[in-house]
Amino acid sequence: MWSLAHIANEIHQWLNNTFNPTWTLIIEMVLAGVAVIGLFAALGLVLVLMERRVAAWIQIRLGPNRVGPLGLLQSMADTLKLIVKEGLTPDGADKVMFNIAPFIAMIVAMLLMAPIAFAKDFQLWDLNIGVLYVTAVSSIMVISILMAGWSSNNKYSLMGAMRSGAQIVSYELSAGLSIMTIIVLTGSLQVSDIIQAQSNGWWIFKGHLPVWISFIIFIIAVTAETNRAPFDLAEAESELTAGFHTEYSGMKFALFFLAEYINVFIVCAIGATLFLGGWMPLHFGSNNAFNNAMDYIPSSVWFFGKTFFLIFLIMWFRWTFPRLRIDQLLNLEWKYLLPISMFNLLLATAMAILGWHF
Amino acid sequence: MYRETEILQQTSPGIIGETGEFTINVGPQHPATHGVLHLVITLSGETIKKVEPHLGYIHRSIEKMCESLNYRQFIYVTSRMDYLSAHINNHACALCVEKGLQIEVPPRAQVIRILMDELTRVASHELWWGAMAMDLGAFTPFFHAFRERESINEIMEETCGARLTMNYIAPGGVVQDLHPDFQRRVKEFLKLYKRKIHEYDELVTGNIIFQNRMKGIGMLSAKDAISYGVTGPAARGSNVSSDIRKIQPYEIYDKLEFDEVLETGCDSFARYMVRIREMQQSIRIIEQLIDNIPEGDFQAKTKAVLKLPKGEFYTRVETARGELGVYIVSEGGTTPYRIKFRSPGFSNLSVLDHIARGSKIGDLVAMMGTLDLVIPDIDR
Repeated sequence: MWSLAHIANEIHQWLNNTFNPTWTLIIEMVLAGVAVIGLFAALGLVLVLMERRVAAWIQIRLGPNRVGPLGLLQSMADTLKLIVKEGLTPDGADKVMFNIAPFIAMIVAMLLMAPIAFAKDFQLWDLNIGVLYVTAVSSIMVISILMAGWSSNNKYSLMGAMRSGAQIVSYELSAGLSIMTIIVLTGSLQVSDIIQAQSNGWWIFKGHLPVWISFIIFIIAVTAETNRAPFDLAEAESELTAGFHTEYSGMKFALFFLAEYINVFIVCAIGATLFLGGWMPLHFGSNNAFNNAMDYIPSSVWFFGKTFFLIFLIMWFRWTFPRLRIDQLLNLEWKYLLPISMFNLLLATAMAILGWHF
Repeated sequence: MYRETEILQQTSPGIIGETGEFTINVGPQHPATHGVLHLVITLSGETIKKVEPHLGYIHRSIEKMCESLNYRQFIYVTSRMDYLSAHINNHACALCVEKGLQIEVPPRAQVIRILMDELTRVASHELWWGAMAMDLGAFTPFFHAFRERESINEIMEETCGARLTMNYIAPGGVVQDLHPDFQRRVKEFLKLYKRKIHEYDELVTGNIIFQNRMKGIGMLSAKDAISYGVTGPAARGSNVSSDIRKIQPYEIYDKLEFDEVLETGCDSFARYMVRIREMQQSIRIIEQLIDNIPEGDFQAKTKAVLKLPKGEFYTRVETARGELGVYIVSEGGTTPYRIKFRSPGFSNLSVLDHIARGSKIGDLVAMMGTLDLVIPDIDR
């Protein structure tokens, strides 16, 4: 059956036949880099437009519908505006840190793309510690926010950054522990192994209670980790005007903005991979007729379908819930989510050892 | 040294005192203040130590302007004070002039005035509800609130010719008769409102995050509410009976059936619930009157030039935000000698420092929301 993996293999073989192995590797790296940047830009445009249309749908209004057919070019126009805008650096700011911070946010978001399987056998780097790599790299994100808040020399920014620091560091624990549940059940950190383990049913279906609990905790924790409402305390525009990026303008602001959306995409992709089977079509045990029918839907459609479903869920949160207060936010994590996920991990471990899952 | 220079020095970047306290400006341009209110807040970390409001950014000297306008004209300036209950402001001024001239207002005009008052009150509370939720970070309620408010605005537009600053009341009655569609449109609105009211509870009131943000914060005891001169829903949330429509009924409010909404919670949530329940009471008043608008004149016969007798006149009405008092000193001429408005927003703002101390910066925004501040009403 046709798949993206065939194209990738074709290119790989052609390159191997034409150049020596070193050049092949270099060219492939460049291609991968270009692909990531392209995907990055495309996702940014799509997600911003999607957010605005979802918001409009929830808020009984039309949303952007003027630029291009059905308003599809709206985010293009916005990007153009942001590019031509002057990127101001405030007088009292720490200039080096101020200018580096948005790029760190961007680089982190790009690095996170590496282990994600976008379709069957279509992955940049299937490293053996894939999930660990994601949790490790995503925690660098907080450094860019702290840098931005500190170097702006603005009290609003600083407060936003400190909130964000406390928030991301705390919620990483829950996110990590809920990911652990799946690792315990699969017995591997490798993304391809995790997906392969779900070939006879996604973990959300065959994992029983522990996986359901960890899925819910995962969604809450990653919403907090990406600074999305109802946990958008780092920005909290009714309290801190714009939080850590108050002083940013033009393309530097756009990079933060893009990084936020790409992070949302990535955490949703991770969620889809761990709990909903990644690119794995919907399979039920040994019901072959059904399984084969499902296989006819391309694996990339499965992956992006699941990811965008989770993204929609997170957008739905944003446009429905009010914001938490900082102490309530930390209470929720340390007093409720963390103990629950620890207990849940024990449960999942017991289940995995006793083989109670399907 | 000028106070403003001092603030500038205190709030400039990087200055954190020896005690670890620092000062930030909230406003005059800030999303939470809904206008040009300037709060200088002293913080220790996230905790508020002091809130200092600075007024005057939108001072238009309305009281002084009124002194050079005659008794028909000055009413229209007051629409710009509390623009969300412009009609009720006009009503207060007209009542004061009528009191001075001892004009008997025809029953039809009285009923029309009350209907418009209550529609204004509902519209004002709708906007407050949306803005309140927005202060807490939920954007969607704002648009849902505007859906209902829009149909009230359309009713106003048809009858008064304006949507926000209605200028519909003149001494002796109202400027013109009701639009023929008025009754039908109001009934349609009532139907729409009843169909949609459950969304308010589902979207905001029942939300657990919302309740946690509102309950037990911004405690204002009944004693403090009275001593700070807090009126309106903010006072009634602390179980202080302060509804002028009940205490000192004007027009035909004493003949109508409605309850004064009182809550005993004393916190932000109580103030929130007062307004939500008050909307239903207003709907109840409208329902009683909409089919019983008496026939007759919509305006009493008055002289072309009004001259108030020498003396002092004071009336008070219940606006959407609290008690609005109008005090006119007349020397017997065609213009008032002195006018003073006792605006609800000013006294309600004064309590902010008292209730905000010790709470978090996120709570400050929520408390300002529950006080329902309209800045042009504070500054005048």
